[in-house]
Amino acid sequence: MLIDFTECIGCGECVKACQKQNKLGDNPSKDDLSSHNYTVVLKQEGINYRKLCMHCQEPTCASVCPVGAFTKTALGPVIYDADKCMGCRYCMMACPFGVPRYQWDSAVPVIAKCIFCNERVAAGGETACSWVCPMGATRMGRRSDLLEIARGRVERHPDKYVNYIYGETDAGGTSILMLSSVPFDKLGFPMDLGAQPLPSLTWSVLSKIPSIVVTGGVLLGGLTWIINRRIQLDSGALVDPEDSSRPGKGGAK
Amino acid sequence: MKSLHRGIIEEKPLYWIPPVALVILLGLFLTFKRYFYGLGSVTALNDYQPWGLWVGFDVLCGVALAAGGFVLTGIVHLLNFERYKSVVRPTVLSAFLGYILVSVGLLYDLGKPWNIWHPLVMWNPHSVMFEVAWCVMLYSTVLALEFSPVVLEKLGSWRILRIVRALTLPMVITGILLSTLHQSSLGTVFLIVPKKLHHLWYTNLLPVHFFLSAVSVGFAMVILESFVSHHLFKKSLETNVLLDLGQFMVVALMLMLIVRIQDVSFKIGWKNVYDGTIESWAFMTEMACFVLPLLLVFIYRNRMKMGIIVLSAAFTMAGVVLNRLNVSIIGMARSGGFRYFPSWEEFFLSFFLVTMGVLVFILCVKFLPIFPEEPAEEKPAE
Repeated sequence: MLIDFTECIGCGECVKACQKQNKLGDNPSKDDLSSHNYTVVLKQEGINYRKLCMHCQEPTCASVCPVGAFTKTALGPVIYDADKCMGCRYCMMACPFGVPRYQWDSAVPVIAKCIFCNERVAAGGETACSWVCPMGATRMGRRSDLLEIARGRVERHPDKYVNYIYGETDAGGTSILMLSSVPFDKLGFPMDLGAQPLPSLTWSVLSKIPSIVVTGGVLLGGLTWIINRRIQLDSGALVDPEDSSRPGKGGAK
Repeated sequence: MKSLHRGIIEEKPLYWIPPVALVILLGLFLTFKRYFYGLGSVTALNDYQPWGLWVGFDVLCGVALAAGGFVLTGIVHLLNFERYKSVVRPTVLSAFLGYILVSVGLLYDLGKPWNIWHPLVMWNPHSVMFEVAWCVMLYSTVLALEFSPVVLEKLGSWRILRIVRALTLPMVITGILLSTLHQSSLGTVFLIVPKKLHHLWYTNLLPVHFFLSAVSVGFAMVILESFVSHHLFKKSLETNVLLDLGQFMVVALMLMLIVRIQDVSFKIGWKNVYDGTIESWAFMTEMACFVLPLLLVFIYRNRMKMGIIVLSAAFTMAGVVLNRLNVSIIGMARSGGFRYFPSWEEFFLSFFLVTMGVLVFILCVKFLPIFPEEPAEEKPAE
């Protein structure tokens, strides 16, 4: 999905369509993402811009979730299975874009985040927000096609756009791409995430666990063996040197 | 002998009951509120800081402060320091209770605690939390087995006891491996937030820091628990044992400080540590808590006293508690826009859990052969 902030008129139709599609109820406060708002339209520096889940190519939330409640589908959406979720909120902690929200007032809370209208997309349709957008500011398509469109716009109108396609490489690349006339950090988008997907940070440690277990087990077992044998030899309990048929054992000490 | 064993409970039977009853009643009320009206009804947690005191204190500190279990069983059973055997049982008991408290704390903090068993069947090996969940479950089982001889002795099940005794060594080794993994992994948990966690604490050596500080505080906790037990239950204090353990603690502290000082020197630079922010103050307080025990032990090295070791252990404990809170709450606050400060209910429920833990510990001491002084308890005399 490509979102061109310069084309957005701030009508908020996408927010309403999203609430209706995902049955989030009407929430008067639309200042930020919340358990009632999978997306919001905000205005800053004279430009309207959207916030929503970026649907990372390698999602941090899917990597950190202990029960695998998040899945990246082949078409791009990062979807969430509330039945699996146990509510540890590690996804909220870990998300580099600070997207997942929680139902703090519910006794049976679930994570709230944009799921890219997965059912509609899987059926070959469009997301509610892109379908409803009167300006075509939010449009669907294959990521590679959209990247080409985005690059074309930036090249043709260098006066209009900042020379940056947000989501092309950020946090390893995202399924949502954004164009803006205002630098993205001024709109609150983190610009320091780098092109390396975050899950590699923890995987580099986790992948060492098998060798830690094996090495540690052998080390501890061996240490104990040596120490106990010396103690037994010292106390003469294991081998009586006079009585030993194998002289090597008695003379080892 | 018996009256000595029962200690404080028998001597002042009424004076502690009303306040404890009050704590339990209020604790139960808040528990009810939390489960029926959601986390938001009792906590100050919000979308910008989803982890607070219950993760920072109940879970992270809980696991670290229960490290005495694997540290001491390792020294006694693997390295064969038989001298310390007298403190093994109370240490294993408090470690076991510590892990139970961590699990109960998690039941409070998880949004849907009835799904806590999900990691057993819904695997995600890429998740640090998945690994921690498995290690904590397995290690709690190991601790239960390590503690079981106490109960089996009391029950007189000598055949099962013989089986459990034969398993001691493999259990101790498994316990150490599991502890190494999840103590360090609680640091790995925060490797995923390179831009959110303050740079004073974020480093790819977080797992190493967490492990070494857990080992240090493991020794510190054995010292502190023995000291408190001495006063609470009128147990004789084995000064030499605790002074020895103090040495172990100091060595572990030095190892940890070497790693951290190197880390700060090369990555941040000491002149950049102080910038007047709350983070820099929190960091310096934490470091002071780790350096002070070393100074104390160095200054008093030739006239070592019990009080000095206990004080050093207390500083170490404070340092580790502060470290876990720094990493999980204070260091994360800026990225969340400083929108979280624990509610009184969060403080109180944490206090409530600790109170329950202490109560169970006292009951165990009263009814089970935890402390070895009474020779009648060791052998099946009755």
